[in-house]
Amino acid sequence: MTAATLTPPRPGTASDHDGYARLVHAEWTKFRTVRGWVIAVIVAALVTLLLGLYTGVRSQAGCVNGPCHYTIPTGPGGEAVTDTYYFVHRPLTADGTITVRVTSLTSVIDTAMTPQGPARTEPALVPWSKTGLIISANPSQGSAYAAVMVTGSHATRMQWNYTGDTPGLAGGVSVASPRWLRLTRAGDVITGYDSDNGTSWTKIGTVTLPGLAATVQAGLFATSPGYTAPSGQQLTGGSSGGAPTDATAIFDRVSLQGGWPGGSWVGTSVNGGPDSISYPAGTEAGYRQVGGTFTVTGSGDIAPGVSGATPVDASLAGVFIGLIAVIVVGALFITTEYRRGLIRVTLAASPRRGRVLAAKAIVLGAVTFTAGLVGSAGAILLGIPLLRANGNAIDPTTTLTDARVIAGTAALVAVLAIFALGVGTILRHGAGTVTVVITAIVLPYLLAAAFPVLPAGAADWLLRVTPAAGFAIKQVIPAYPQVAGSYTPFNDYFPLEPWAGFAVTCAWAALALALAAFLLRRRDA
Amino acid sequence: MKRALHAEWTKLRTIASTFWLLLAAAALTSAVSAAAAAATRCPSGSCADDPAKISLTGIYLGQAVIAVLAVMAVSGEYGTGMIRLTLAATPRRLTVLAAKAAIVTGLTLITGAIAVLGSLLAGRLILPGHGIGPSHGYPALSFSDGPVLRAGLGSVLYLVLIALLSLGAATMLREAAAAIGAVLGLLYLFPIIAAAAGNATVSRHLEQIGPMTAGLAIQATTGLNSLPISPWAGLGVLAAWVAGALVLGGLLLRLRDA
Repeated sequence: MTAATLTPPRPGTASDHDGYARLVHAEWTKFRTVRGWVIAVIVAALVTLLLGLYTGVRSQAGCVNGPCHYTIPTGPGGEAVTDTYYFVHRPLTADGTITVRVTSLTSVIDTAMTPQGPARTEPALVPWSKTGLIISANPSQGSAYAAVMVTGSHATRMQWNYTGDTPGLAGGVSVASPRWLRLTRAGDVITGYDSDNGTSWTKIGTVTLPGLAATVQAGLFATSPGYTAPSGQQLTGGSSGGAPTDATAIFDRVSLQGGWPGGSWVGTSVNGGPDSISYPAGTEAGYRQVGGTFTVTGSGDIAPGVSGATPVDASLAGVFIGLIAVIVVGALFITTEYRRGLIRVTLAASPRRGRVLAAKAIVLGAVTFTAGLVGSAGAILLGIPLLRANGNAIDPTTTLTDARVIAGTAALVAVLAIFALGVGTILRHGAGTVTVVITAIVLPYLLAAAFPVLPAGAADWLLRVTPAAGFAIKQVIPAYPQVAGSYTPFNDYFPLEPWAGFAVTCAWAALALALAAFLLRRRDA
Repeated sequence: MKRALHAEWTKLRTIASTFWLLLAAAALTSAVSAAAAAATRCPSGSCADDPAKISLTGIYLGQAVIAVLAVMAVSGEYGTGMIRLTLAATPRRLTVLAAKAAIVTGLTLITGAIAVLGSLLAGRLILPGHGIGPSHGYPALSFSDGPVLRAGLGSVLYLVLIALLSLGAATMLREAAAAIGAVLGLLYLFPIIAAAAGNATVSRHLEQIGPMTAGLAIQATTGLNSLPISPWAGLGVLAAWVAGALVLGGLLLRLRDA
């Protein structure tokens, strides 16, 4: 009996899951078999890494006597701080109160920065010059503290542990309108008060300094940060240091209550060594006591550090070179299909066009993320120790911040490659895509940050709205409102928060992909 | 050579994209310059601003469009396979390159002149209202002022040199996207790397040898002492890059199959 010939069963259509995996596999095969693209991606990673190493090797910090030898002090919260001031203090062994009246705060600025004649000083109003009372765990850099102070043009304030800040009574200080300041310590809790007549006190704030030892140092301080007179046009470039200044304050009616062991006032200049402080020409820090009146002069600042040290992302300059290569690869990944006619085969093999685009995005994103990760991790993990070995002071950052910078940069490279893919699908022209994407990403960063030609407002707008906003992911040090600094992109301060800037770039990539998918479906090919 | 020139002119003028690219170059340059001028304010009346340099900010974008045009003049032939026909018709390959260079130069001169005129006009109209004008002590943006004339003419020459640089790069790389990526990378990356370099000497050297950073020194009319390189020397550096690109491109054109 002959077996009935059976027609073989019609092969079932592959399940959706299988189809997707096959699509991704197909796109991966297309990518890896083009030697030029693979080489370009590898070169991108290598260049990022090598340039990070190169910056580490070639960056030599210099101070007056050779390489700088000071470490950036860190505050109780682990952030980099500037902690330089003149401290007139006595020990406080238990709970107590210190009250003082401030009758004058004047500053001088070093005019050696102007090209007119020899170095001299002139009076100036330095907005963030500070003087007042401070209770500090010990008179060294980076210790926990709480202070109530009068400032140059920001009225009375209470500040603590470098990042905390609260305003108090408005108005400046003068002989006609003096300010009374009071700090009260009860265990770990310090309360600050101010008054303009010595009898009615307003509480400014209460802070807890955890783990405060029984004996602390308390007394008067004066300090004044580097200052540049503002110019009319706020260009995005420029340094944030400014000329050295110092502040001189006159205190009287000092009164102490509570656990103050007997003794006399000690004057200490708190700083990080001779390399870390500079005084205006012909002045120096110190104090004079005549009867009950103290005149204290000091320079520096007690604030979170915003400039001066090398941020961790200084090693990431090579990312831009790698980015150009990655953008070219991303554009070519889709436009070559159109040029060679392979798009017909691709769309015939996978009629679901959105999936084709998604598969391409997955492959491209994974490859470029890996390349970016290798590049930026290598540049930072190998480049930063090199920078440190060459005497550069590196801003201390937490491991989490480092990880954010590394992973964020790699993710940014991947997202920008996908953006190029989307634009390539829309335009279908290789050179046009590369031009559009590079001018949308690199040119805003160039004009706003690297080659400052635009005023600050326009630069801000560019870095919020264009895909270049994603570079904010590299920002390491936050901007503090109570510290005057040059918060410009040139100095690594971006207008958006890191992940917010990254989200803007992701939004651009998503928009490009959505439009690409839409056009891919509607057009012939 | 005359026939080669005629052939190249015919090729470029019969593609629609040539006209649109040139129009876009002029329009975008003027628009970005106007935007930069509008964004600049000097309320105090004493800012260290360079009105000519602000007015010519659009060149940063215009140069990219000019570069695309020059790259497509060569890569378009390779992409469509017409290079075989061209080289068969004109076996003397350097003549082909020279003819392309001449036509692209001519087109860029005209477009560049329009773009620079538009930018300077925009600056002349907008900047005085923002505190940067003759009434505040700044020189007027007119061609009777020597430095402004130098800035304007120099910017046109700059655009021509960028076009020739792109032509050379495209002849070397033959692939449009790679060539434009290489040119834009070369232009835009030097200032970024220079800004990120920790060493001031390295920074300054990078700015002196970078094609865009050196070439755009010609735009400065004030603060000449703080430039990394003097204006005409900067254009000279860019010309050196162009010469290198064209020589290499010509060499490869002669030695390779096509």
